[in-house]
Amino acid sequence: MTASEVRQVVIDIIADIAPDEDVTVIEDSKSLREQLDLDSMDFLDIVMELRKRHKVEVPQEDYPKLATLESCVSYLSPKMA
Amino acid sequence: MNYDCIVIGAGMSGLAAGIRLAMFDKKVVILEKHSIPGGLNSYYQRKNLDVGGVRHFDVGLHALTNFMKKGEKGKPFSKLLKQLRLSYDDFRLHPQTYSKIQFPDVSLKFSNDFALLESEVNSHFPKEMDNFLRLVETVRDFNELDLTLGYRSSRETLKQIIRDDLLTEMILCPLLIYGSAWEDDMDFAQFVIMFKSLYFEGFGRPEGGVRTIISLLMKKFEEAGGSIRFRTAVSEIKTNAKGEAIGVVASGEDLMAPIILSSIGYPETVKLTQKFPSQKVPRTGAMTFLESIFVYDQKIPLAVNDSTIVFYNNSRHYSYRPAANFFDSASAVICFPDNYETQKRIGEGTVRVTYMANYEQWKNLSRQDYELKKEVVGDSAFELVKKLAPDFQGKLVFKDIFSPLTIEKYTWHMNGTVYGSVDKTRDGTTPVPNLFIIGTDQGFLGIVGSILSGISMANLHGLMTGSEA
Ligand SMILES: Cc1cc2nc3c(=O)[nH]c(=O)nc-3n(C[C@H](O)[C@H](O)[C@H](O)COP(=O)(O)OP(=O)(O)OC[C@H]3O[C@@H](n4cnc5c(N)ncnc54)[C@H](O)[C@@H]3O)c2cc1C
Repeated sequence: MTASEVRQVVIDIIADIAPDEDVTVIEDSKSLREQLDLDSMDFLDIVMELRKRHKVEVPQEDYPKLATLESCVSYLSPKMA
Repeated sequence: MNYDCIVIGAGMSGLAAGIRLAMFDKKVVILEKHSIPGGLNSYYQRKNLDVGGVRHFDVGLHALTNFMKKGEKGKPFSKLLKQLRLSYDDFRLHPQTYSKIQFPDVSLKFSNDFALLESEVNSHFPKEMDNFLRLVETVRDFNELDLTLGYRSSRETLKQIIRDDLLTEMILCPLLIYGSAWEDDMDFAQFVIMFKSLYFEGFGRPEGGVRTIISLLMKKFEEAGGSIRFRTAVSEIKTNAKGEAIGVVASGEDLMAPIILSSIGYPETVKLTQKFPSQKVPRTGAMTFLESIFVYDQKIPLAVNDSTIVFYNNSRHYSYRPAANFFDSASAVICFPDNYETQKRIGEGTVRVTYMANYEQWKNLSRQDYELKKEVVGDSAFELVKKLAPDFQGKLVFKDIFSPLTIEKYTWHMNGTVYGSVDKTRDGTTPVPNLFIIGTDQGFLGIVGSILSGISMANLHGLMTGSEA
């Protein structure tokens, strides 16, 4: 997957787990938590959806690497290559 | 049969846990002893002899706590919606008008706007206003979701903040009767949960009552691919040589799973577990209730009574403990379910009255005395409704009274306890590895609380364990 495809994967998941959020205005370098109403339960859902849809495993100690869209892309891209 | 996870009980917490697990492709089965879901907040029907057909009743539902408006964020109810992927509109929530805490010389009103309670305290307890605001700050700053907290007395904590005992009693009254397993007191974390869910957030009612909630949960669970078996009682939780839970016996069949989530209550779960370390057996709670439901040929006009729920107490001290004599008419919760806003005001009217009860005394009655005693309760409750709605001319067309024995009979909670054990396991763990407690005895109760318990325990013990799907 290209970086922009990986980015889209994450955005699609966020759109599904937080249907009330406007995902078109997310800034890539800013913390997702600060921009959206996401808590630790929602991050678990992002991880679970990555596993379910794309068979990507994110161990618990790596959750902080999902903090921004940018960091998501750089962390997930090698796993989804 | 082998599963990834077995959930015991199809109450609110069991259904919610089942949804989370099935949603992420765990092979999960919910085992329910009763013929329908819902548990302590289920439903039933009675024949309508006048016009034929049936009348539908909810077992519990007075109010859905934790009310929020559509679009609000970061609230318990919004978490519930997101985690179960439900939409706000599905619940068809109607907000309360207002409720009140009615003591002999003073009443305090509260609504879904916290400012009302603040101004009520300010006008009835002006000297306590600063202290009340300090309490509000304490509640706001408290992390009630910390799963490592131990028991702390709310009365002791309140004593250090509020000086007027009457105000303390009045604040405690609704919080105790809507959610305390402890007599005359409650754990402070539970106090905070209840304070936020009743006073900060408030009450709503889903159109169609508890069935609306149960059918949403059932539909989600089935869509997610989970399976559910009714009339299937778990009679034993099996352990291996290492003392770990490995499965259950349900209606005579062995079902195996590496994770077992039980919602039937902590002491009830222990009873089914052969190898439970005996020094750790949790105590059964004593708080149980009687509910009288009255149906009138018309709704009570708003001009006669427009409140949604009245927390009534006839003295300056609020006694929250098993009734000394079958039931305690000194206090009651009176729910007027017709008085949620924007509900249609045509058709029959309903009023529900809850009294504290005494399980042991009800248990020891003969069949005949049991029926007679229920009549006494009904008469007392009926008079109380008259007192609160004095000019109401409606005719009583139906009444139903259920007791601690009814609760025990249909939910199998020991002693008909509604708020469970006084020994909660806040992180859901038990001395038996792989066996976890969800719902009431994990310390989160009420409809919203037990759903959130099911969600968070399924997340913690079923999904985050790192085991492969
Ligand atoms: C009269 C009354 C009024 C209430 N009013 C309100 C209200 O207005 N608002 C509110 O939010 N809450 C209210 N509640 C509280 C609320 O109903 C409960 O807190 C909540 O439903 C608890 O859910 P739970 O999942 O923890 O447990 P339960 O609902 O008890 O679920 C446990 C399930 O396990 C099943 N079970 C038991 N033994 C076995 C076995 N051996 N094998 C298989 N299955 C078994 C039971 O049948 C039950 O379905 C009320 C409760 C009562 C009784």
